[in-house]
Amino acid sequence: MSAIDISGVSKRYGTTPILHEITLAVAAGEFVVLVGPSGCGKSTLLRMIAGLEGVSAGEIRIGGTLVNDLPPKARDIAMVFQSYALYPHMSVADNMAYSLRLRGTSKPNIETAIKAAAAKLGLGPLLERKPKALSGGQRQRVAMGRAIVRRPKAFLFDEPLSNLDARLREHMRAEIKKLHRELGATSIYVTHDQIEAMTLADRIVAMNGGHVQQVGSPLELYDRPANLFVAGFIGSPAMNMFPAHFSRREDRPTLVHPGFALTLDHDLALHEGAALTVGIRPEHIALGAGSVQGIVDLVEPTGLGTIAHLTLAGTAFKAFSLTRPPLSLGAGVAMDLPARKLHLFDADGIRVGR
Amino acid sequence: MLRRTLYWSSHYVLIGLYVLFALFPLFWLIKVALTPNDLLYSEGIRLWPSRTSLEHFRFVLAHSEFPLFFRNSLIVSSGTGVSVTLISGAGGYGLSRFSFRGKSLLVALMLITQMFPLVMLVAPMFRLLAPLGLTNSLTGLVIVYTTFNAPFATFLMQSFFDAIPKELEEAAMIDGATRFGAFRRIILPLTLPGIAATGGFVFTAAWSELLFALMLNSSSQASTFPVGLLSFVSKFSVDFGQMMAAGVLALIPACLFFLAIQRYLVRGLTAGAVKG
Repeated sequence: MSAIDISGVSKRYGTTPILHEITLAVAAGEFVVLVGPSGCGKSTLLRMIAGLEGVSAGEIRIGGTLVNDLPPKARDIAMVFQSYALYPHMSVADNMAYSLRLRGTSKPNIETAIKAAAAKLGLGPLLERKPKALSGGQRQRVAMGRAIVRRPKAFLFDEPLSNLDARLREHMRAEIKKLHRELGATSIYVTHDQIEAMTLADRIVAMNGGHVQQVGSPLELYDRPANLFVAGFIGSPAMNMFPAHFSRREDRPTLVHPGFALTLDHDLALHEGAALTVGIRPEHIALGAGSVQGIVDLVEPTGLGTIAHLTLAGTAFKAFSLTRPPLSLGAGVAMDLPARKLHLFDADGIRVGR
Repeated sequence: MLRRTLYWSSHYVLIGLYVLFALFPLFWLIKVALTPNDLLYSEGIRLWPSRTSLEHFRFVLAHSEFPLFFRNSLIVSSGTGVSVTLISGAGGYGLSRFSFRGKSLLVALMLITQMFPLVMLVAPMFRLLAPLGLTNSLTGLVIVYTTFNAPFATFLMQSFFDAIPKELEEAAMIDGATRFGAFRRIILPLTLPGIAATGGFVFTAAWSELLFALMLNSSSQASTFPVGLLSFVSKFSVDFGQMMAAGVLALIPACLFFLAIQRYLVRGLTAGAVKG
C-alpha cells in the first residue's frame, strides 16, 4: 500500500478559489477523514485525488508518482460514492467484476476475487441481482465490494453513509472500520458528520472555507482544538463559547465576563484587557456545586445522561451529565467551570495557552 | 360504490371516444383502400363496403412507381435516422457533460435554427444544393433532413443524458475505463430508450416530409412516397382507392419501427442506479 502526498494544492473555478494551498501527507495504511461543513472543499479535494477534477496548482502524488495529469484509470484508486453509482444494467457480480475485466484479469481469478469480496461483505446470495432489487444498505455494500475487489493503492470514500438511516449508518461505520483493519488499505474518507470522523479516523483533517483548519488524531482535535472553528465543529452537543477578557487582578490571571469571573490555573502571555473567546465542553461543566449560579431553561434526558440548558449571566450554556441531577425548570443551580478544562481563543480565533 | 362505478365507466367512455376519434381516419384509409372502384362512388357513405377487394394494392405494387418511392423513402428516412442519432448523441452528450467556451452561444444558435418557417428556406436550399449536384438526389434529402432535425434531437438527447447521473461514468473511469469506454459500456446501454425515441421521432419526421422532397427532387427516380402519393392526384380526378392503398403500405415501416423500439420506450432503465 502506498502513501498519498498532497503539497500546496489549490483549486479555482474561473477566478473563484475553492481550495487554498492544501498540504497533507497520508501514510501508507492510514485512515484519514476529511471533515467540514458543506462547501468547505473536502469533496473537491477528494475528487482531485481521484482525478475527477483538475488541479489548479500544487502537486498530488500517489505512491510517489506525480498524478496531476493522469486520468483516473491510471491512478489505481477506488472510490465509493455517496450515491453508490452502481451500474444499473449490470448484476451485482458484474458490477464488481467490471474493473477486473477492464484490467484483463482472467476469468477464474475474477470469480475468486468476487467470491472473496462477497463473503467479506455478506453479498453471496445477492450476486445475480440487479441494483434496483437491493435495499439501500445492500447497495452500499455492493459499492464497497466494487472498491475492494481489485485491491487498489488507496480507497476514497465520498460521504458513503449519508444516504442510510441512522441505525444502518452506525452499523456500516463499524463495518468500514473492521474492513480497514483487515485490509490495511490507505483510505481517505470525506464526511460532514463529526461522529463518523471521530470514530473512523486515524487522523482527522478539519476543513473550512477551502483551508485546512487542523490535522490530528480525533482526540487531539477534541481535547486541543487549534481554533474556534474546530472547537465548535467537533463535539456534540457543541462546545459552549462565551466572550471574556483577560485580567491580572490581584496578580492572578483571571477571565472576566460581565456576570462572573474565573480564575485561571496558568498565566497567559496576554496584555491586560485582551479580548478572548472561552470555550468549555458540556460534559466538563459540573452541576450542583461550584462558584457560579445558572438558571435551568430546559432539560433533555438522553437516557445515557442529561443535557441541561442553562443561562448564566445572559449567556446560554449546555451541560451534559452522566448522572441524573435533580433539576427543576426556572430554578437556580450551582455550576462549576473548572479552569483546567477551559479552551481559550484570541480575537483571531486562534488557541492560546495550553 | 355507485359513484365509483360511474366514475370509472365515464373514464373509460371518454378514453374510448378519444381513441375512436383519433383512429377513425386510419380506419377510413383502410376502408377506402379495400373498396373496389365500382363501389367507391355508388354505395354512398357507409362504414364498410358490401364487397372488398385487394385490387388497389395489386395495382399500386405491380403497375405504379410506388415500390420505387417506397424504397427511396426507406433509404432517406433510415439515412436521416442514423445520421441524426449519431450527431445528436454526440452533441447531446457534450452539452450534458462538458462546459466549454461558447456553449451558451452554441445553444442559442441551435435554437435560432428552429425558428424559421421551412417554406422560407426552400429557395436558398435549392440554390445551395443545385451546384453541388445534390438536387434530385437522395443524399441531398438526407443532408437537408439531418440539418433540420439535428438541433432538436440534440436537445432531446441532452435531456436523456442529463437524467443519467454523472457519478456512473466517474465510477467507470475510476474502475479503469476511458471516458469513451465509460460512455460505450455504461452510458450508452442506459440511454438506449432515449436513442430509440430520438431515432423513431426523426425517422417518422423524414418519412412524412413533403415540402423539401417535392421542391428539391423533380425526377421520379429520387421521389419519396409522400411525393408519390401526390401523383395519384391528376388534373381531372383523384384516384382515391390507389392513393389509400399506397398510404396503407406506407404505414407499415413506421408501425414495424415502433413495434421494434416500443420496449425501450416503455422501460425505465436507470432505476436503481443511485438511491431511489
